[in-house]
Amino acid sequence: MSKILLISPERCTGCRTCEIVCTLKNEGTINPARSRISVIKDVFEGYEFPMVCMQCEEPICMEVCPVNAIYVNDETGAKVIDYSKCMGCRTCVISCPLGGCAVDPVTNKTIKCHLCHGDPACARFCKTRAIEWVDASLANQRKRRASVEKYAEVVKRMEHL
Amino acid sequence: MVLKRKVAFVDLTKGKVVYRDIPKELRLKHLGGRGLNWYYLYNNVPPEVRPYDPENILAVGAGLLTGLPAPGSGRTNIATKNPMTSGVGDSNMGGAFSPEMRYAGFDHLIIRGRAETPVYLFVNNGEVEILDASHLWGMDVFDTQTTIREEHGDEQVESLVIGPAGENQVAFANVMTGIKNAGGRGGTGAVMGSKNLKAIACRGTMDLDVHDPEGLLEYFAEINKRAYSSRWAKTLGRLGTPLLYDVSSTTGFIGTMNWQYNTLGEDGKPLEAENLTPYSIKMVACFGCSVHCRHRVKIDKGKYAGVFGEGPEYTMMGTFGTLVGCNDWEFVIKGNDACNRWGVDNLSLGAVMSWAFELYQRGYITDEDTGGLKLEWGDQDAVLELARMIVEREGIGDVLARGFKEAISHFGEETGYYAIHVKGHPNLHTDERGIPSFSLGIATSTRGADHLRSRPAIDLFQLPEDFLESLYGYKVSNDFTSYEGKGIMVWWHELLYNVVDSLGICKFQTVFNSPTSPKFEDYSKLIKIATGLEISKEDLMVIGERNYTLERMFNVMNGMSRKDDYPPERYFNEANKRGLPFMKGRKLDRDKYEKMLDDYYAQHGWDANGIPTEDTLARLGIEKPEKNFPEVE
Repeated sequence: MSKILLISPERCTGCRTCEIVCTLKNEGTINPARSRISVIKDVFEGYEFPMVCMQCEEPICMEVCPVNAIYVNDETGAKVIDYSKCMGCRTCVISCPLGGCAVDPVTNKTIKCHLCHGDPACARFCKTRAIEWVDASLANQRKRRASVEKYAEVVKRMEHL
Repeated sequence: MVLKRKVAFVDLTKGKVVYRDIPKELRLKHLGGRGLNWYYLYNNVPPEVRPYDPENILAVGAGLLTGLPAPGSGRTNIATKNPMTSGVGDSNMGGAFSPEMRYAGFDHLIIRGRAETPVYLFVNNGEVEILDASHLWGMDVFDTQTTIREEHGDEQVESLVIGPAGENQVAFANVMTGIKNAGGRGGTGAVMGSKNLKAIACRGTMDLDVHDPEGLLEYFAEINKRAYSSRWAKTLGRLGTPLLYDVSSTTGFIGTMNWQYNTLGEDGKPLEAENLTPYSIKMVACFGCSVHCRHRVKIDKGKYAGVFGEGPEYTMMGTFGTLVGCNDWEFVIKGNDACNRWGVDNLSLGAVMSWAFELYQRGYITDEDTGGLKLEWGDQDAVLELARMIVEREGIGDVLARGFKEAISHFGEETGYYAIHVKGHPNLHTDERGIPSFSLGIATSTRGADHLRSRPAIDLFQLPEDFLESLYGYKVSNDFTSYEGKGIMVWWHELLYNVVDSLGICKFQTVFNSPTSPKFEDYSKLIKIATGLEISKEDLMVIGERNYTLERMFNVMNGMSRKDDYPPERYFNEANKRGLPFMKGRKLDRDKYEKMLDDYYAQHGWDANGIPTEDTLARLGIEKPEKNFPEVE
């Protein structure tokens, strides 16, 4: 069964633990500026939204890459950069509408989420489950259930009448 | 590497900055954060320097574990000579400021002098610039931060700022970051204002290397789980600190109408924690925290429609609630928003305002003093108007803004009896007179009356005495109305809270309200994995003691001793009028209090007058102060 990174911004508290565990796991250091995931937030406006590569079905990064450096890892479904090919031209960075591909400000390399090879640290450490690593079918079911909760409430009330 | 973060010495008079490494020996003696801040204050601010003199220092420090995967590691510590007590002024705040300061290359900013015109600091990847802030002067806390972000074209800039209260040197003005993270206590904002320093902005993209990256991830998973899975943390994550209200109100230890009463009783029901839920949009968190104890709130309709913000915390429920006889959540939310924009310590504001209300009730203050404002209990408009007058230093507000000591001289010494403070520092709206350990805690706190220096909140839980003995290492009573062993309890929590403040960890993720949360031994392991430093549990306790005694010595140098270690006189004279049967009729017993204070001094190795002995100073390696702020030319 395929798993996906499910983002629920309404549960994100803006703590940015995902950013620091991402770089600790992937770069062996702590530096949110190098994280493959960022919580886009504004406390004055009142929102927070974890942004990360969504591992698109039709990944534009793969399509535009002039040297075909991005491939699909069959086990995890991650779109992964092959650094033996990547020449750092940033075409993927420019093209991705989500900001999924980024530039590491320290190494200058192009980086993107590779799902930590099947065990994403961001999801593991997100205690409010704003970021989850779940089966796709479960994710669908959960979204659908959330959308009918109001209906369920109404039905409950009707039965009491 | 974590230990390579530097200290920047900033001289605002000369407009110069110099950078220094932080020697490893200083880490082993003081850790960082609050501990190292006080090392610099103790050595560089002699008693003749007054709080608003340019020679006073404002120290900003990240803890040793700030910004790392460690439970609640977003804390910032700010230290200065306190304008209300002329002793320790010190505050600790959440948010994301210090992590950003560390990513920008610095652990401490030691700031002295006074700029000729308003300035702000921009801390960025190894450098500190002093920039013009004339255009920011006059802005509130929110606008200052958003303007700085816009000017730098970078939404990741985190700023620590003062609002109008700090600019106007209201003695209890605070420094703030984000919407509601406040370095609230100790008059830090007033001192920052006196230096013409409007803000400190940080942005960093430097690696923060740790000793054992893989080990840190695994240990973080384990220790974090213990921090967030306690019953206390779970409830806190749902209700925020207002959860403290229900038990305080029912039992009867919540200051009411300026501590004339100890609960609003039935009238206080509307303020119960669950009643905040309809205004709550979601719970949000400080940097790196899994407890997420703050509400994001909004009022849709009514008198205060349109108010949007974060909080309110339990403290606001006194300032705009019980202390002034109000019981309306919407007013608490409104007052919270006003304080956050002004940048004023709401705890102190509450204690000072409710004192004025009682003086008005008793005729010490008249309409002539207030300019016609009627300070009548429960009048929301009067409360908010008085608060505004204090922040803007208008009329009677100008007197109250100077803090208790000066205001008491103004209204007459007799009025001091009704002022609920210790050492001149206003108290939180808790009413501690029925709980000896809490009373001792506020009385001996180095920054003056305060609940976060040493409060052994678990004293209320009546935990088994065997368990308490294994925790504290001594026999203590599990009866919170008893005086037995409470000196030891307060001592132990002083050490623990100093250590977490020096590590940059939140008190809600240590043994504050949850006995199973992480403590010394857990931090010892975390420090080893993160920094490679070998600091045992016993070493940590000695560091906590050294740091606390250093603060004590700062107060001693400024003339303090046993005479300053007493809770408000009212706690000895007037018994609780309300509350549950075991709380009603209770007050402090003077003889037992003296004995408890003796026990506490003995535990610390301080003499009968509360002065650390020569032996104690030698044991802790505390020497005579020696100036070490480098020459800045």
